[in-house]
Amino acid sequence: MSKIICSAAIRGAQKIVDMSEEKYEWALQKYGADQEVKFPNTAYYLPIIYSILGAKVEKLGDMKDIFQECRTLLPGSVSDNTWLPYLGQALDAGMATYFAEEMFEAIRNVETPDFFTGTEEPTDANLFLGAADDVIFRKRGVEFVDGSAPGFAAIVGAPDDPAVAEKIALELQEKNLYIFMHDSSVNGKNMSRQLVDQGVQVGWNTRLVPFADSYTSVVFSIGFACRVAMAFGGIKPGDATANLLYNKNRTFAFVMAFGDVSDEWYANAAGAINWGFPTISDFDIPEILPTGVCTYEHVVANVPHEEFVQKAIEVRGLKVNIAKIDIPMSFGPAFEGERIRKDDLYMECGGGRTTGVEVLISKEMDEIEDGLVTLEGMDICDIEQGQNLPISILVEVAGREMQSDFEPILERQFHHLMNYIQGIMHIGQRDIMWIRIGHGAVEKGFSFKHLGKVLHGKLHQEFGAILDKVQVKISTVQETVEQVMELAKTVYHERDLRLGSMTDETEDVFYSCTLCQSFAPSHVCVITPERVGMCGAYNWLDGKASYQINPTGPNQPIEKGTCSSESFGDFEGINTFVNQTSRGAVPEVSLYSLMNNPMTACGCFEAIAAMLPQCNGIMIVGRDYRGMTPAGMKFTSLAGMAGGGAQTPGFMGVSKHFLTSKKVFFAEGGLKRIVWLPKMLKEEISEKLKERCAEMDMPEFYDMIATEENGTTEEEIMVFLKEKGHPALEMEAAV
Amino acid sequence: MTCASSKLVLAQDIAKDTKTAYDRVKARGMAACLFGQKGTCCKNCNMGPCQIIDGVESMVGVCGATADTVTARNFARTVAAGSAAHGDHAREMVKGFIETAKGNTPHEIKDEVKLHSLAAVYGVDVEGRDKNDIALELGEKALADFGSQNDEPLAMLKRAPAERQKIWKKLGVEPRGIDREVVELMHRTHMGVDQQYENITNQASRCALSDGWGSSMLSTELTDIMFGTPVPRRSVVDLGVLQKDQVNVAVHGHEPLLAESLCIAAQDQEMLDLAKAQGAKGINLVGVCCTGNEILMRRGIPVAAGFIQQEITIATGAIEAMVVDVQCVMQSLGEMTRNLHTDIITTNYRAKMPFAIHIPFDEHAAMASAKEILTKAIMNYKKRGKFYIPEEKKLDVVVGFSHETINRMLGGRFRASYRPLNDNIINGRIRGVGIIVGCDNFKLNDDAHEIIAKELIKNNILVLATGCAATALGRADLMNPEAAKYCGPGLAEVCETVGMPPVLHMGSCVDNSRLLIAATAMVNEGGLGDDISDLPAVGTAPLWMSEKAVAIGQYFVASGAQVIFQSLPTDGSKVFDKYLKEDMMETYGAVWNVEADPLKIAKSIIAKIEEKREALGINKKQDRVLFDMEMRRDQEGGELKGVGCSVT
Repeated sequence: MSKIICSAAIRGAQKIVDMSEEKYEWALQKYGADQEVKFPNTAYYLPIIYSILGAKVEKLGDMKDIFQECRTLLPGSVSDNTWLPYLGQALDAGMATYFAEEMFEAIRNVETPDFFTGTEEPTDANLFLGAADDVIFRKRGVEFVDGSAPGFAAIVGAPDDPAVAEKIALELQEKNLYIFMHDSSVNGKNMSRQLVDQGVQVGWNTRLVPFADSYTSVVFSIGFACRVAMAFGGIKPGDATANLLYNKNRTFAFVMAFGDVSDEWYANAAGAINWGFPTISDFDIPEILPTGVCTYEHVVANVPHEEFVQKAIEVRGLKVNIAKIDIPMSFGPAFEGERIRKDDLYMECGGGRTTGVEVLISKEMDEIEDGLVTLEGMDICDIEQGQNLPISILVEVAGREMQSDFEPILERQFHHLMNYIQGIMHIGQRDIMWIRIGHGAVEKGFSFKHLGKVLHGKLHQEFGAILDKVQVKISTVQETVEQVMELAKTVYHERDLRLGSMTDETEDVFYSCTLCQSFAPSHVCVITPERVGMCGAYNWLDGKASYQINPTGPNQPIEKGTCSSESFGDFEGINTFVNQTSRGAVPEVSLYSLMNNPMTACGCFEAIAAMLPQCNGIMIVGRDYRGMTPAGMKFTSLAGMAGGGAQTPGFMGVSKHFLTSKKVFFAEGGLKRIVWLPKMLKEEISEKLKERCAEMDMPEFYDMIATEENGTTEEEIMVFLKEKGHPALEMEAAV
Repeated sequence: MTCASSKLVLAQDIAKDTKTAYDRVKARGMAACLFGQKGTCCKNCNMGPCQIIDGVESMVGVCGATADTVTARNFARTVAAGSAAHGDHAREMVKGFIETAKGNTPHEIKDEVKLHSLAAVYGVDVEGRDKNDIALELGEKALADFGSQNDEPLAMLKRAPAERQKIWKKLGVEPRGIDREVVELMHRTHMGVDQQYENITNQASRCALSDGWGSSMLSTELTDIMFGTPVPRRSVVDLGVLQKDQVNVAVHGHEPLLAESLCIAAQDQEMLDLAKAQGAKGINLVGVCCTGNEILMRRGIPVAAGFIQQEITIATGAIEAMVVDVQCVMQSLGEMTRNLHTDIITTNYRAKMPFAIHIPFDEHAAMASAKEILTKAIMNYKKRGKFYIPEEKKLDVVVGFSHETINRMLGGRFRASYRPLNDNIINGRIRGVGIIVGCDNFKLNDDAHEIIAKELIKNNILVLATGCAATALGRADLMNPEAAKYCGPGLAEVCETVGMPPVLHMGSCVDNSRLLIAATAMVNEGGLGDDISDLPAVGTAPLWMSEKAVAIGQYFVASGAQVIFQSLPTDGSKVFDKYLKEDMMETYGAVWNVEADPLKIAKSIIAKIEEKREALGINKKQDRVLFDMEMRRDQEGGELKGVGCSVT
């Protein structure tokens, strides 16, 4: 009965708004109206309020108007007879609930700033992480955008049996979903705690996020969705309907409720329906089955735990394509970020402990037996805990469409594919690869052959269009490992030569990437041999291979056509393509310029470049740098300027790799324009950067680039630049 | 007569000498003239009247006019008269709107959102302008629509579905000026002008469209802007709403300008004090007919009666004054009050009658007029003699279902849309939409509205109602959300989900324009075709009596919605009758239908709705579509494709 639900939701909303407003009155007394209020490190203020109303709540006093808005939205109680229509009212009440809860949490942040850890993983002292800041949000947002995470389950309550909790979490992980955990159930069970007690690794890395232990924290989930729409979808703050529909159509999230449902939970569930996020309950509560606001049903109840996850994704209308890999461990992107810590470690290979190498080569069709996985030497079952082994993984493939250019692309998949196995951690690549095997995997019966099975199965699945046969030879015998190492080094060398000689001039075709158009409908990336996609994940060869695999997919060849400006990187063919594919939103793009028609970004860039007019140079800030930058904005605010598919001259998303390309900011004078980098980023790319400095005959240039240690304002770094005689100061004005 | 409250009142002593329309139907003792009834009496010139018999060569008109021409002309003149009534009503509202914008009335611009949306239709700039400025320009542009002499189509036509606009353009029936189309239609049906029935009917369409998409729509929208767009509210209907110890003032007619002023004046302390001084506990304003619907929708003021009970209302002896303006006010009312303390107060210079008091309503001095009228009523209170109020006869209703309300009730402020309605039509919980509008008619059984509505909702068809039909359905207890119990399981489930009654009151008879907007919204929402003619929606005006009903029927058909009437004076010509009932389908995608029996009307609506569903392909079992990332990428900024699957 919708009436029971809507009545309860409206009641719950009234209670929550009352509670939050009381807290606000108290805070006003204690801290005053000018007290700053915020969620940690975000450019989106209180994100739900910001995205729905367009209001920036920065000070306690700003909340007054929002509470007024809550009161306008809050309907009267549903009467027993001759009631007025309550569905729309309950949705409005749910919205008021979220506004009130966001303000409640923001006040909590003033009152108890360390109430949550604010980290990606729990600390020893505190299990609960609190709202994702923009760094976590953007990093994870990429997965939403590229489809490796189709959505999230916002969970309130917990099943009575912790084993059931663990099983449901695992099932959700296997469906690649994020699991956001919020509140204890009425009988005091808390799913985050249950998982920890069961020995499950929780945190952003395993997609099992213990947000908090309160229903008011549901706004952390919803606020995440709101930010996805603003950051990646280019939805303007205050464009409520667009944000809600964006999430309905693109973020496949839902609420899972365990146990009896309180009025406050109903209020939160009603709020979520605004975003098209339905609620699935295991309890005997009423249902709302007619469709319309959500894609399908709105509330489905009494679902047995065995069918819980299946029912949830069906109700949400989500299709998850998973190929079953026949190994005893769980497998999927959700396990990619899992760590194998010292205490979990059973044994390891490579990584300096032993010799380790992985390589993929192509062969003739008749040289390969598809599906063959061999292991030479000792397996896990043959060793004691702590006994490390050398390892070589030689993957040989053949296919009618296979080209040697695709070898590195296929090989690069090894890292995440092996990481997808629960209980296995893979680090590095090529001859610096490192595998850590956890107890969990060994207990489930891990064998090195499973690595081969995974590589065989997944390479077929993802690259079936270019390869027909895959065989995997694994060895833990030192002598064989060394032979493979020799072979690999020859292969790597040839490959690097070929890639190094490829430039934008040598190729007539570039590739587009519209993988993120599921989230950023007007954004188009152009990937050239010398410009990697700004997410850092896709290079020109990836684009080429992807097109080969799926000719109608997100990577399309673009004939670059006539070049009208070599320095700006203006190509006729590129402009025509981008104009068309962005549906007119971006008529022209200059590939090598920051100031003139810069390339748009969906929002999942590794770094942002911004012009510093006073220094006449360019600064770059990476996603991980939380401090202030000379542009007067932190990364999060800059991301708002560069993301969302809009062209903003002077601001642009870039990959780290692009920074050492010969084409970087070519129109503005190239690498020599760079005046500031965060120390962390500068060190990360130092090797390549120094190489480029040497190529420019300016080996001293590396030390001319300022970092936060030299200053975080234009004035401060000007002093440094002058002292070093930075070339940008002498260059033509860029603005 | 089945109406319980009417029976109760008429059974009382005080009503024993009351002559009602029912009595007159009996007393007349004469059947309707066959030629008049079939539309073949031509009295458009003084060579006649000519009675025409279709197919009999010697029985054409003196001028040679055939049965086809004569029935088409008579039909068209009915449309012209109905449109003229709506047009003249709307003109008053637009003028009142302009005066309000100038600050000359007690009213104000209440709905700025709607003001801006109408401003956009009329190309009125809103940026940085005061609401009254915008309203003034909008009002003046709207007023110019009445006398427009250029050949441009009316601005409001742009609000129709694109496909429908193309059809109008192709047929050359886009209305230009509101008054002009009536004049032209009167001209073309004059002796010796337009003598081809299709051509006549096209002008009838054009004239009717100038009503539906022109004057009626202007009246609805500008009235909403001034008096507030209706939102859901509770009220009561039927004669039990009269108060034994208060001054009962009934407002009857059509234009809400006067009624709104009376509503304000009735709360005035001076008036309340006066009532008290006369021994009354207060002033009880009640509605009758469409004025009743206007103030019911916007203020929740109870409706005592529809057209059919106007005399019964007087017969209670409990009415101090019945204030009337235009349309559907029976002359018998004046006669009835000769032996009662009740005053009939006419207020519009256009509409005077014997045994009534005339107090002209001056929109420039609205409050003074309203107070004068109320004072007259209050001073009658002490004179009240024996009276009878059927106190238990009052039904709870939830009303106020404007197009905007439907949007919001289905998705709240932020997700307001017709999506849930369309979705549940597509998935079959709701089979379609039945539209019940129109009048009451003493010659026919008075329960036709109820019979049809109950059959429709039982078959999972949502009912939208306006006018006196809506009042009748309120009396039948179908406008209460608890009436979901009369529905089939699918409709009941949707009603329960939303908390709405299965019969939605959308306003007075000019508010049929709301139905055009609602139908367009359903088309635009997607999944139910590209035009109103694709929708599983059918209209009916059972018990129609006013010429306005025929104008409404014609603008429905010309807009692509089928209508079913209980009778139509056109069957004196086989060819023209067939044209209306069959041939128009090809050009307009909709036709007129005639069916006398109410239950058969309902069955016919159900069958037609199922036909539309078949044509749309939504009766086929559809599997739930699940979306992967690729499908999400392919949506190109629009909605996900293929949602709205069948019930699981």
